[in-house]
Amino acid sequence: MLNTLWLIPILPFAGFLLNGLFGKRLGKGFVTAVALLASLGAAVAGTIAVVQYHAAYPTGGLHLNLVYNWIASGSIGADISFQLDPLSVVMLMVVTWVGFLIHLYSVGYMAHEDGYGRYFAYLNLFLAEMLVLILGSSYLLMFVGWEGVGLCSYLLIGFYYQTDYAPAAGKKAFIVNRIGDFGFLVAMFLMFAYFGSVDFAKVSSIAAAGGVEHWLLTAICLLLFLGAVGKSAQIPLYVWLPDAMAGPTPVSALIHAATMVTAGVYMVVRSNALFRLAPGAMMVVALIGALTALFAATIGIRQWDIKKVLAYSTVSQLGFMFIGVGVGAFTAGIFHLITHAFFKACLFLGSGSVIHAMSGEQDMRKMGGLKSKIPITYWTFAIATYAIAGFPPFAGFFSKDEILASALNNPYFPKPFSWLIWSLGTVAAFCTAYYMYRLVYLTFFGNFRGTHEQEHHLHESPASMTIPLIILAALSAVGGALLGWPHHHFLAAWLKPIFPEIGGAPEAQYEISPNIEYALMLVSSAIAVIGWWIARTRFRDRGLEADDQFARNMPAVARGMENKWYVDEAYGATIVRPLEGLSQFLWRGIDALIDGTLAIVGYIVAAIGDLLRFFQTGNVRNYALMFFLGVIVFIWVLA
Amino acid sequence: MNYILSITLWLPVAAAVILLFFPKTAASAIKGFGLLASLATFVASLGILNGFHEGVAGLQLTESLAWIPQWGIRYALGVDGISLWLILLTTLLTPVVFLSSWNTIHKHPKEYVIAFLIMEAAMIGVFVASDLLLFYVFFELTLLPMYLVIGVWGGANRIYAAIKFFLFTIAGSLLMLLGIIYLAFAHFHDTGVLTFTITELYGTTLAPHAQVLLFFAFALAFAIKVPLFPLHTWLPDAHVEAPTGGSIILAGVMLKMGTYGFLRFVLPFFPDATAKYAGLLIALAVIGIVYGALVAWVQPDMKKLVAYSSVSHLGFCVLGIFALNQTSIEGSILQMVNHGLSTGALFLCVGVIYERRHTRLLADYGGLAKTMPVFATFFIIAMLSSVGLPGLNGFIGEFLILAGSFQTWPRATIVAATGVILAAIYLLWLIQRVFFGPITKEENKNVREIAWNEVVALVPLVVLMVWIGVRPNVFLRKMTPSVQQLLQIVHKTDAGKAMIAGVGRRVSGVGDQNRPHEAMLRPPTPDPRLPLSGGVR
Repeated sequence: MLNTLWLIPILPFAGFLLNGLFGKRLGKGFVTAVALLASLGAAVAGTIAVVQYHAAYPTGGLHLNLVYNWIASGSIGADISFQLDPLSVVMLMVVTWVGFLIHLYSVGYMAHEDGYGRYFAYLNLFLAEMLVLILGSSYLLMFVGWEGVGLCSYLLIGFYYQTDYAPAAGKKAFIVNRIGDFGFLVAMFLMFAYFGSVDFAKVSSIAAAGGVEHWLLTAICLLLFLGAVGKSAQIPLYVWLPDAMAGPTPVSALIHAATMVTAGVYMVVRSNALFRLAPGAMMVVALIGALTALFAATIGIRQWDIKKVLAYSTVSQLGFMFIGVGVGAFTAGIFHLITHAFFKACLFLGSGSVIHAMSGEQDMRKMGGLKSKIPITYWTFAIATYAIAGFPPFAGFFSKDEILASALNNPYFPKPFSWLIWSLGTVAAFCTAYYMYRLVYLTFFGNFRGTHEQEHHLHESPASMTIPLIILAALSAVGGALLGWPHHHFLAAWLKPIFPEIGGAPEAQYEISPNIEYALMLVSSAIAVIGWWIARTRFRDRGLEADDQFARNMPAVARGMENKWYVDEAYGATIVRPLEGLSQFLWRGIDALIDGTLAIVGYIVAAIGDLLRFFQTGNVRNYALMFFLGVIVFIWVLA
Repeated sequence: MNYILSITLWLPVAAAVILLFFPKTAASAIKGFGLLASLATFVASLGILNGFHEGVAGLQLTESLAWIPQWGIRYALGVDGISLWLILLTTLLTPVVFLSSWNTIHKHPKEYVIAFLIMEAAMIGVFVASDLLLFYVFFELTLLPMYLVIGVWGGANRIYAAIKFFLFTIAGSLLMLLGIIYLAFAHFHDTGVLTFTITELYGTTLAPHAQVLLFFAFALAFAIKVPLFPLHTWLPDAHVEAPTGGSIILAGVMLKMGTYGFLRFVLPFFPDATAKYAGLLIALAVIGIVYGALVAWVQPDMKKLVAYSSVSHLGFCVLGIFALNQTSIEGSILQMVNHGLSTGALFLCVGVIYERRHTRLLADYGGLAKTMPVFATFFIIAMLSSVGLPGLNGFIGEFLILAGSFQTWPRATIVAATGVILAAIYLLWLIQRVFFGPITKEENKNVREIAWNEVVALVPLVVLMVWIGVRPNVFLRKMTPSVQQLLQIVHKTDAGKAMIAGVGRRVSGVGDQNRPHEAMLRPPTPDPRLPLSGGVR
């Protein structure tokens, strides 16, 4: 398997081709079998590869599998080449297995939808591209997967293509991501120009060897981070992700929560050798992460669409991951990426199960009291909520606590800056607990507020949907303790080899005195409990009343939150519409001006022509004279 | 002596002559024969590919006969890494045109087929001619059939568009003719030999001011053809009025005669002026990239949208050429082919729906993915190729152009790279407007799905998009020696040396890993880490 790593992405790609070409004719049974086998095949093949990798590289080296030389032109060269190292292993396991669970879930969720074959074809393609992204051994191959998952995201957000909103949301996602990709591209141009390569190993070793000028490293890091900001939905490019909820819910779980949107975090960790040498860039990462974490959380507080709450929560949690990698706690960032994949996939799939039960309804104002009607969904959802809110000993507690503790104690930044990041993160964590329990109480407690017909149809989802929920809930419960128990940190030990030694840069190690460590854990736990308690008193028994009261007391704030602080509107007014106006001006103004000018030139030429007609006498002797004069002039010019 | 170039060149002409004897009414037989002839030409051009030696830099498969000996004009042909793929693009797109217009041309089918066959021969002639005057004859000869195609089979405003097309292009090329004659006389003045053979004219010493004048005479002709901002305004009109086949050939091949001209004549004949004025051309190219993309975005007419997108895409090609390094020029040549495939496919697709709905206005569409799912798939693939999605051809070309140009012109390249964002904006808008959303117009509910002939025309284009995207080296390695040789000429000049030194200054960011600066502009030494598997470079 180790020398055929390319098989791992090829399997789902074959599934994409089969279902894309023949899915419609061969029916649902065929589509289901192909899609599930393809994704399971990738997961099994990946696991075998990981086992073999661990046997071959017990200390965690870099395994390369060159497939062929892809591009060679002038000084630019790149291979199709896949790699396994501790980081790729982690991503591979998360992506393939969570991916498979969501494929399984989709079988039940999409059973009655049109375009079943199309859906699974796209989903398999997504898996293939995501695997290229995490297994590719160079920035360029990563970029192939990076844009490929973007394409799948575009296609799947716009899955319900006969609506107006879904294709528009897909287009927005693609375009906003392209802004980020522009940064990624320019970063690669810089690497080619100054390092002569975009291979991870080569770039890392050049940077780690020292001597690379500071501005260059900072520029590359910031440009790469621009790519991450697009893909991982951070300020100011986060606006596409909430709209992306227009896609089917399992897509939101897989692409817009568990895997694709975390690619930016993966990229920063992959580039840790560069970032550690560019503390200025790291400050930007941490600050953007912290601001996004808090900003998105405030919007999540006052959304009524169950998926929108989860979408803003995803933006916010991604912000936490960037706090982690930004303060140099790369392991903590990846740790949160993993636990988030568990609990957020569980939450999204759970919301899908709720929506399924509610006959397509997504508005929490129409829900309530679902706890007893869909118990498996409720319990799994509750466990995942404990995890995201940061209750010990659920998964999110360990990862989030580690991020916040590292933010406060990082060796890179001045103290006040560390405090700022920590405070923003802590407030965001509080908001997280609050809006998540608001969601739980509005959805599962109180009285049912929907129509009679909806109430009549309420039902628990089929096993293909509940089994993934149960597995993910179990992982959300124990995954954190298993992977990252403080001081017995499996993940930290596992990932250690991916951080090359760098002369002159601080080690990514954090020495915290035990007292502070316990105090911070206590703060984290307290935050979660307080958030939960406030939500409980406001929403458990009184339903929507508390929200109405809030709107009455602070109308401006409530309206701002509800309307996502008018960011979309601001972008429209300051960027989109001026650009459109400019384009119209170029077309109707400049193009017409050019045409007009050339027409005038044309008239002048025609007028000269009229003048010259004077010489066209039809007299051969005159022509001969002109010819003779012409030749003399010509020779004179030449000589 | 190998006559494969002449065979490829004259096959369509012979077919056109035979077609003269077909009765006007036998439409199917005429179209069938035309298709067959163009396919035979394509097969012949595969013979060129087969006979092409990869490691050779200069012209290959050459033929040379005296044509007008007293003036030193020869019938001289040859092919190298710069022209090879453009010849194949021409011979590929002509059968595609015949296939796609199988059911759409009812007016004068015989003249239509003959016009395209003559056009094909003329375009092949442009790419294989190695005598300046022979080139000029073919260059001008392409105008006539295209003028007729637009003027006879075009849309409502076809006469205006045809004349505008004709006047623009001929205005440029007449100046070039003067330049050609001057060049030949200058060579005559030096050596006493009157010749128009390109290889002999290379290295003609020109007075600096003369070189500058000639540079602009040639550059103007090619810039109009490309078209380079601000000389592009003929293109949208010509495309909008041209029939589908005309648009495919116009965008697919004819625009490349401009970029090809830069590479074949402007760079090697006037290297000093090239190095000196590269900045001007790059500025215009970059403006064109952004300008074309922005204007494309606000077009209500989808054919105009694709036409303006060509202005943007060809801007990339010109940027790559005048960035004057190995990567950017190889990328530029590849992008010429890519643009022929993707824009050819886009125009074909636009023609498919125009044929069914008789409107080009975006506002008249919406929701067609429901009624034409197979067609939608093809259209989206063509769009993705054009937008530069990795895995397809467009990405390779754009990436090489930008990554290469960045080494010599970093700031201009960054501006150009925003074209990548803008392309997504206007192309996704096009797709959304045509295919997605609810069907709001009654006429869109029962649109006929794509027909077999259209599928057969599109499939080879899609196959090539994937092939170039996955295995670009197959295409790139045939260009390398010719591009290297071309660059040696330019880099030998004083201005070229200054340019390389400029790159050296820019590359001071790295300490020990600092590679020799001039290496940036040369092909790399093979990386010993990489086993060269399966004969792939």
